[in-house]
Amino acid sequence: MTISIDPQKTNNESLQPKGWLRYFSFSLDHKVIGIQYLVCGFLFYLIGGTLASAIRIELTSPMSDFMPRDVYNQVLTLHGTIMIFLWIVPVVNGAFGNYLIPFYVGARDMAFPRLNAVAFWLIPPSGLMLVASYFVEGAAQAGWTAYPPLSITTPQSGQIIWILSVLLLGGSSIFGGINFIATIIKLRRPGLKLMQLPMYCWAMLGTSLLVVLSTPVLAGTLILLSFDIIANTGFFNPVLGGNVVVYQHLFWFYSHPAVYIMVLPAFGLVSEILPIHARKPLFGYTTMVFSIMGIVVLGLVVWAHHMFTSGTPPWMRLFFTIATAFIAVPTGIKFFNWVATLWGGKISINSAMLFSCGFIINFVFGGITGVALAQVPFDIHVHDTYFVVAHFHYIVYGGTVFIIFSSIYHWFPKVTGKMLNEKLGILHFIITFIGFNLCFAPQHWLGLNGMPRRVAEYDPQFQFVNQISSLGALLMAISTIPFLINVFLSVRNGKDAGDNPWNALTPEWLTSSPPPVENWEGEAPLVEEPYGYGKEFSEQK
Amino acid sequence: MTTLDSSKEIQKNNSEVNETHEDFRMFGLITFLIADGMTFAGFFAAYLTYKAVNPLPDGAIYELELPIPTLNTILLLVSSATFHKAGKALLKDKNSDSQKWLFFTAFLGIIFLICQLFEYFHLPFGLTDNLFASTFYALTGFHGLHVTLGTLMILIIAWQSRINGGRLTSQNMFPLEAVELYWHFVDGIWVILFIILYLL
Repeated sequence: MTISIDPQKTNNESLQPKGWLRYFSFSLDHKVIGIQYLVCGFLFYLIGGTLASAIRIELTSPMSDFMPRDVYNQVLTLHGTIMIFLWIVPVVNGAFGNYLIPFYVGARDMAFPRLNAVAFWLIPPSGLMLVASYFVEGAAQAGWTAYPPLSITTPQSGQIIWILSVLLLGGSSIFGGINFIATIIKLRRPGLKLMQLPMYCWAMLGTSLLVVLSTPVLAGTLILLSFDIIANTGFFNPVLGGNVVVYQHLFWFYSHPAVYIMVLPAFGLVSEILPIHARKPLFGYTTMVFSIMGIVVLGLVVWAHHMFTSGTPPWMRLFFTIATAFIAVPTGIKFFNWVATLWGGKISINSAMLFSCGFIINFVFGGITGVALAQVPFDIHVHDTYFVVAHFHYIVYGGTVFIIFSSIYHWFPKVTGKMLNEKLGILHFIITFIGFNLCFAPQHWLGLNGMPRRVAEYDPQFQFVNQISSLGALLMAISTIPFLINVFLSVRNGKDAGDNPWNALTPEWLTSSPPPVENWEGEAPLVEEPYGYGKEFSEQK
Repeated sequence: MTTLDSSKEIQKNNSEVNETHEDFRMFGLITFLIADGMTFAGFFAAYLTYKAVNPLPDGAIYELELPIPTLNTILLLVSSATFHKAGKALLKDKNSDSQKWLFFTAFLGIIFLICQLFEYFHLPFGLTDNLFASTFYALTGFHGLHVTLGTLMILIIAWQSRINGGRLTSQNMFPLEAVELYWHFVDGIWVILFIILYLL
């Protein structure tokens, strides 16, 4: 059965508000929705970053003097929740996915445009609700993991608002995932084969599978948790005969794949950016595809490596250690493919490239500590110390956030038609890279020496290293300033970008900048070789 | 896969482009049902783990009577068949027959819910009595919510299949097919739930 698209109905852009107002409307255009995701996510990034700065200020001294202990717990919980559920997941999936996937599959929009708009508009209310919970009897205090019994015994209203907010965000994420799967599998332009798709499509397909399979489990778990809090049931409350470890299993069944939900799209994005700025084809396309799918499968069966100290039986420890170590194989393949893509390339040193290279360096470091953490004896030693904090931030900030910035520098000319200022971009990169490593590298040492995470007070012997870490955090906060100045200046009087400033071959560069409402005048181009840089391209020039 | 109508004739002017593509709403629905099924899978996994590792306190009541849930299983299985009948009738353009079958299906759904409530009121334990009781009510309640939504949707499409001016025709079967798939899914979940909650 086919559906015919009535041009009068889909092309109702005349009814939609024009200019900047359309970003505040229930727009069905995938490009508008992508920008909505990005800007909304960035605003929450600023909030989450302010909270992170507050944490680092508190930790410059061993006593809890900057804020009371319970406020510290709230700040910590909100920082984690906002950064994960309102900044990284929506931006790296929703923003870039919505903007790029229809171009890559040669479509005029996503498969379900209305569902797409609904998925976005679930985010601002739930985010505001979460932030506002601070003013209602205090926000949630149990960390972003909301482990019971802590989440049952801390003040209820904050925790319940937290659960509602995460449920809404999870719903938004599932709707987005359904949309991406349908778009990539069903809405491809005729003649475009799966193995000709740009790598970001594969990354988003894998990510969306993880979203669809694992997020509902988190939703069910949080519903049970809210029963425990409101209705006094005992699912996870040992006092009433419940079992806290069941919560941990169910929670990590979502939240370990969530790490891949945050980092797989970044793998896809960096695979788009590197070939263009190194003027070489992407090395090992097929192995890239299979390693993404390998990560998806393995990512679903490694969750209990977060629980080695939760009384897991030996066979479980063995299985999850081996499965986790296996993930290093597909990830390593991807890492070597990126290095091989750069090898011998005509590399342009610009902001997008610098952030991508920063990503590769930070990510391999975070990956190595990840393999170390998968080993049971080592994990028991550093469990719940700052080593885990350092590892996690190397993956998620050093990995994903670097790629978000890289992608902004790369696709800004397409979205606005203006170039970003390269000098400010490189300044942004240098401050971010130094600040990031200064902030998180010393935390490995802190963790190895036994400083526990999530606590406002610590042993005075750790003070000096904590102050170095806080200095790094200050640099990271400062690094946002050149970026914001750059964006505002460039939107107003940036250099005109033209349609294809990077001489790229992927489909989004084959239309005008900014692209027209339905992406192409006429038929979508068929790009059979999205990474065909080199021979043919130099002949063509 | 997308099919563009006679691609050579596509005009440069967007408003004149007439494109068709395959109907993938069913594909989206199936993806959603997989996600929904994972929620139930999480609940089932939790229930089975509790059963294996969390002994109930002495004197805890966890006896379940079988007659009502067995009747409920039969009701839902029959309702799946009657729903199928409704689809067949609509395909042959017999709208009034289709509507009758749909109302009958909705009727069976409502009877199911009434039986479920009857069971709730006559069980010897309440929501917070013990871990088994809590999981029992959470599982059956979450399933009952799905049956309630399904019954409402059946009533809506029954109204849509009215003969004059209804949206639901043999040319536009999607609403019926979608609700039918959802209803079969809810029935399937009930069968699994019946086996692991009542029989195991």
